[in-house]
Amino acid sequence: MLRLRNVDLAYGRIQAVRRASLHVGKGEIVALIGANGAGKTTMLTAVSGLMRPASGSIEFDGRDITRAQPDAIVRAGVSHVPEGRLVFGPMTVEDNLLLGSFTRHRLGRRTDVRPELEQVYAMFPRLEERRLQAAGTLSGGEQQMVAIGRALMAKPKMLLLDEPGMGLAPTVTKEIFRYILKLRDALGLTVLLVEQNARAALRIADRGYVLETGRILLQGPAGELLANNDVQRAYLGRDLDREIQPEQGA
Amino acid sequence: MYFEKDVECMERAELEDLQLERLQATLNRVARNVPLYRQRFAEQGLDPDDFRSMDDLRKLPFTTKQDIRENYPYGLFAVPLRDVVRLQSSSGTTGKPIVVGYTRNDLKRWSRLVARVLAMGGMTRDDVVQIAFHYGLFTGGFGLHYGAETLGASVIPSSGGNARKQIMIMQDYRTTALCCTPSYALHLADTMEEMGVNPNSLHLKWGLFGAEAWSEAMREEIQNRLKVTATDNYGISEVMGPGIAGECLERQGLHVNEDHFLFEIVHPETGEPVPDGEVGELVITTLTKEAFPMIRFRTGDLTRVLPDVCPCGRRFRRIARIIGRSDDMLIIRGVNVFPLQVETVLLAMEGAEPHYQIVLEREGRLDKATVFLEVSENLLFDRMRVAREALEGIKRKLASELGVAMDVVFVGRKTLERTEGKIRRVVDRRQL
Repeated sequence: MLRLRNVDLAYGRIQAVRRASLHVGKGEIVALIGANGAGKTTMLTAVSGLMRPASGSIEFDGRDITRAQPDAIVRAGVSHVPEGRLVFGPMTVEDNLLLGSFTRHRLGRRTDVRPELEQVYAMFPRLEERRLQAAGTLSGGEQQMVAIGRALMAKPKMLLLDEPGMGLAPTVTKEIFRYILKLRDALGLTVLLVEQNARAALRIADRGYVLETGRILLQGPAGELLANNDVQRAYLGRDLDREIQPEQGA
Repeated sequence: MYFEKDVECMERAELEDLQLERLQATLNRVARNVPLYRQRFAEQGLDPDDFRSMDDLRKLPFTTKQDIRENYPYGLFAVPLRDVVRLQSSSGTTGKPIVVGYTRNDLKRWSRLVARVLAMGGMTRDDVVQIAFHYGLFTGGFGLHYGAETLGASVIPSSGGNARKQIMIMQDYRTTALCCTPSYALHLADTMEEMGVNPNSLHLKWGLFGAEAWSEAMREEIQNRLKVTATDNYGISEVMGPGIAGECLERQGLHVNEDHFLFEIVHPETGEPVPDGEVGELVITTLTKEAFPMIRFRTGDLTRVLPDVCPCGRRFRRIARIIGRSDDMLIIRGVNVFPLQVETVLLAMEGAEPHYQIVLEREGRLDKATVFLEVSENLLFDRMRVAREALEGIKRKLASELGVAMDVVFVGRKTLERTEGKIRRVVDRRQL
């Protein structure tokens, strides 16, 4: 569904991503893991059109979106859930969600977005309970649900999730990741997930790519990445010198 | 029957994109972790970041057996040794062998790829597979073993040797599939005749043979005498071991597992890619190996690409059965031997002058190698016990260094035939 080929991304003269090639198949959850500053968020901004690649190509659903405008990309079916949630604090939960459907409306014609709203409330009942509350007063985990729900309102084919676990307590992170899995399983969404929390991401992902200072070093099925000792050392915080490694599943 | 149908029948465009992704990640890793590649890239002014399409492949340097030998034992490993859970070995060109390593993921992948090859050759989880390859440092035994286990078959690790016992196992354990060298298969057929065992009374259906070159005529004979469907498969330790390529039941060439191995056919002398269909040296680049990745490894095996899509439906391209070697490497009973290895052993022994000739013959079905060594008159005519001890010593040394037993015969000085002052190193009288 999504394919990046030889993508170079730079901030002025600072090379953030070098010659990156990756793909996300329809219905897959693909994790992009790496340390702070590896270039993960940069990659997502390139996909959603907020940043233009210096070279290389990005293809979505068979179309070249390398130089497309962000709103065209959203209309094509890509929704970006940004790092840090970025919900509109003073607005109600419901207004935040409705804003997510912005690109679906046309001047002079009303688009009925109630079905999607119902769907979001069905997925996240807690949001329905708090629908008239100011989004800024919600907990971190609930704000993440608002951010995801807002993205879903655009009726996307693919979701770009930037660090959904960031700043959340472990149990809340687990809950959010369970929701992500549900989104793929129940709604058939394709997901590209960027995360520093490599373990949580790889646990729900089908495949992953490891980004280190702008370059993809490793790629493969999630299980393989979890079993890779470099990944374990660098991203999973295991102290291998003190452990005997058991078989990591069949 | 496919082991991984989605992958084996993947569209070429998708496969090529996958290869590009994997190769780029591999190049990033080796540039970072393997000093030899970092150095080579620097020497040739190559920036792996500039690698953007398969056309750029020919700009990358080759890796040879010599490179591996010079970095003995662990110099080319791309991960720390504690991440390596298996070490295997193969002959180097002279003296020391080469060492290869595998991480846990590498082993899993290896097993799956061998399982693919076994399935291509007709085997399923219902088969009882007898692995008559020697279990040890060489990759054949363990490679096929874990592949057959991953396939779900019942595996008998009968290892090498003791033909009568192998046959007894076939009878009693109801073996349905046999894995060994083709010459050993015929040796087993001969032994069955001696024992009065009728192959029709056995349960054999499939035969997966490799580790040495064998002809269509030999395949016919094996099939007729063992009552099996025989397929060829290709492997080389430096790249992984068995599981790199294998014949499907169409038996029109060997499908290369192209999602894990990128292959090229190059001119043995110039190193330039040859046009499709022409014979050349097989060069392999690993796409997913973690511990021991290889960039453009020169296998020394000669073959060519076969055109068109195979009727079996697999989209992996096929190569012809191996035609020969581009160097002087010999395969004796499935073991790789370089004449230079023999020379190294002879040089080290006292009283031996390094004028020698290796004669290869087939004794019955099995390879027989004899080293004729010119020695001084003292040794030739002097007290027989001394001569015999020296001879046995050389035989022992050869067997332990090369991994295969060779006969040694002392001859007088200047008795070996010379052409322009040079002795022909190897006389191969074997008919394939």
